Amino acid sequence: MTENTTPTPRGAFVKAEELSKPREKLNLSREKIKLDVQDLRLQYGKDEALKGITLGIPEKRVTAFIGPSGCGKSTLLRCFNRMNDLVDICRIQGKILMDGNNIYEPDVDVAELRRQIGMVFQKPNPFPKTIYENVAYGLRLQGVNDRRTLDEVVENSLRGAALWDEVKDRLQDNAFGLSGGQQQRLVIARAIAIEPEVLLLDEPASALDPISTLKIEELINQLKTRYTIVIVTHNMQQAARVSDYTAFMYMGDMVEYGVTNDMFTNPKEKQTNDYITGRFG
Amino acid sequence: MKNWFRSGTPWIWLTGGAVALSLVMVIGVVGLIAVRGLSHFWPAPVIAVEIENLQTGEMRRVLGQISRSETVPAQVAADAGNYIPEDRFDTLVTRYLFKVGNRDQMGADFVWHTDLGMGEFAYPDQALVLERREWGDFFGYPEALLVDGEEVLTADDPDFLSELQDLVERSLTLHDDIRRIERGEVGEINRQLEQLRRDLRRLDINNVTGNARAEEEARVAAERARLDAEYDVLRAELDVLYASTRRDTLRMRMSDDRTVSIPLAQIMRVTQPNNMSVPAKMAEYADRFWTFVSSEPREANTEGGIFPALFGTVTMVMVMSVMVTPFGVLAAIYLREYAKQGPITRAIRISVYNLAGVPSIVFGVFGLGFFVYFLGGNIDQLFFPEALPRPTFGSPGLFWASLTLALLTLPVVIVSTEEGLARIPSTIRQGSLALGATKSETLWKVVVPLSTPAMMTGLILAIARAAGEVAPLMLVGVVKLAPSLPIDGNFPYIHLERQFMHLGFHIYDVGFQSPNVEAARPLVYATALVLILLIIVLNLTAISIRNHLREKYRSETD
Repeated sequence: MTENTTPTPRGAFVKAEELSKPREKLNLSREKIKLDVQDLRLQYGKDEALKGITLGIPEKRVTAFIGPSGCGKSTLLRCFNRMNDLVDICRIQGKILMDGNNIYEPDVDVAELRRQIGMVFQKPNPFPKTIYENVAYGLRLQGVNDRRTLDEVVENSLRGAALWDEVKDRLQDNAFGLSGGQQQRLVIARAIAIEPEVLLLDEPASALDPISTLKIEELINQLKTRYTIVIVTHNMQQAARVSDYTAFMYMGDMVEYGVTNDMFTNPKEKQTNDYITGRFG
Repeated sequence: MKNWFRSGTPWIWLTGGAVALSLVMVIGVVGLIAVRGLSHFWPAPVIAVEIENLQTGEMRRVLGQISRSETVPAQVAADAGNYIPEDRFDTLVTRYLFKVGNRDQMGADFVWHTDLGMGEFAYPDQALVLERREWGDFFGYPEALLVDGEEVLTADDPDFLSELQDLVERSLTLHDDIRRIERGEVGEINRQLEQLRRDLRRLDINNVTGNARAEEEARVAAERARLDAEYDVLRAELDVLYASTRRDTLRMRMSDDRTVSIPLAQIMRVTQPNNMSVPAKMAEYADRFWTFVSSEPREANTEGGIFPALFGTVTMVMVMSVMVTPFGVLAAIYLREYAKQGPITRAIRISVYNLAGVPSIVFGVFGLGFFVYFLGGNIDQLFFPEALPRPTFGSPGLFWASLTLALLTLPVVIVSTEEGLARIPSTIRQGSLALGATKSETLWKVVVPLSTPAMMTGLILAIARAAGEVAPLMLVGVVKLAPSLPIDGNFPYIHLERQFMHLGFHIYDVGFQSPNVEAARPLVYATALVLILLIIVLNLTAISIRNHLREKYRSETD
């Protein structure tokens, strides 16, 4: 039996090679499961996009979904905050338990659920408002309008998203004036401003340049001490760098799920091996 | 040749040519209107000329301005009724349209004369052009100024013109005072009297009897007596003012040496065009143009200004915008955001789009039948029964005209708003939803603000269409001559039930219904020019608001 040591706190500037070093020993069976997916099936019209997925997302860890385009990894991610509800032709069977409660129960308040499970999208999507109002948006929705509370939360969230120093003098500028990487961190700040429990990242760095990507990755490492993070990525190096656990999906099936380092060094399935060595995908 | 085709050059020529042609047509239309309309206000020289009637040998003196001239074959001139000597039959003759004014004295104020038998043009410095309240312009030579029938100044006096201008100024001031009293104070008294009449009528309608009735009747009688007394005071004041305006008279000599006495109260403007420097003429020009825009029409709209029409048009467009924008935006939001996209929604959308193609007169008929008679009639029954049988909202008026136009321009607003909503990237909506916003919160806090530029585009198109529309308005509220503006100082300040004047209808009326074609012609052009300018100004305002909004909601996707 291996000791499960606590993660070492990391500084703001961690080099990429350092990230890929083996971390503390991880073991899925000893983690507290935050989101428990049980035989989840999802159909778009007649196409079956998820063919019975079962996995557990551990709390305060980074879990990466990898796989070729169209394998259903983003679809699965969107099931966690019920974004698929927006698609009319989408039908879902199975359960996702968050802290033991099925989020697909009919009496679940979807807006409340989404407050607990934040999401960051592939393309930065700040609102056409000021930087300040972007971050304050979620709080204002909850009826928080007290200036001092908002100021505090905005500052904390921007600090949490490692953006504060860059924007503190222009909080009242339009958010579209920021660079792509800054916008993406702003979107993360916006998501963490409402203190979610889970943060879903849908290819958060795929539209960014390498330096911005690096910053986002550093940020993910800082955020995982406070949030359960699920990240979808095309980039296997990124998955290897940032995640604790990795799930490889293919054609709507979960092929392999395990500790990231194990999966990249010693995949159990042939398909996984082929994918991570670049033979298809 | 084949290579030339293959190079793509013909397409450049074809597309460029289409642009050039459109440009030529637009510049042509606007240029024609501008030149014809603007030249009306220039103080043209007054020409004195002797014309011999070649048939009878009679000499005739003409004093006036050349309105236009044309060169035609002598044959054509002869057919038109002019006498042409035999030997001139194969030649060309030039004929001039003289504006000779003096309609009350000579019958016709525009006269054609051919150049046959015409002497040299002379430009007498003395010649005066008087713009009168009635009967159009007067052309003549001044003789003397009379105050209370006594001659005080003759035309030889060097100060004659300035003294005349001062006295005209005085009579204009008096006239303004009279108008203010008649419109303002007398108008207010009339309004209160009407109110009293309604109070009495209400007693009948509500079957009030006994003491309450007697009390009310006594109150009305007392009020009436007070108002009558007030009116008598004003009447006396007005009589004094009217008498005062009749004090001065100007004696003029016409080209045929007859003298005419013209009360100064009749005169609006005195100019001596042959004696004016170019800067003076330009000042005069600006002043005339301003008067045209800012004063009321006279003489069945063939003289004076277009202010009520301008004001009516702007008010109507504003009221229409206020009504069509929220209505259209809400409908578009439902169609795009809430309605289930299926055959029914598609059918509704197509119907809305096709509504834009319905002839506008149909909207006018609908407005008259539904808004005016049905809605207006019922409003009158419910809220203004004491004013009946005189309709309040049950007759064509500003509100119904604006509503009709709002209906007419609704498709434009719906279409542009829908397109604007469709253009909002779904990532932005999802970003909001992912933060725990409900659909309506996302809509009102993010999507709708982002599509305001598109709504403004719709409004711009709606304004452009509404401001130029005439046909439906003739049925639902526009009149040739409205007694009062739709906005004034009497409560409730904006009178939506009133009939109003409109530039587009004014053009039609002056152009086609006017008894004096030649006098009206330049006014038609000038009015059209003002209408075009008005639409441009309204549009530029809306465009600048839209650009401001676009800047505010600028996003990568644009």
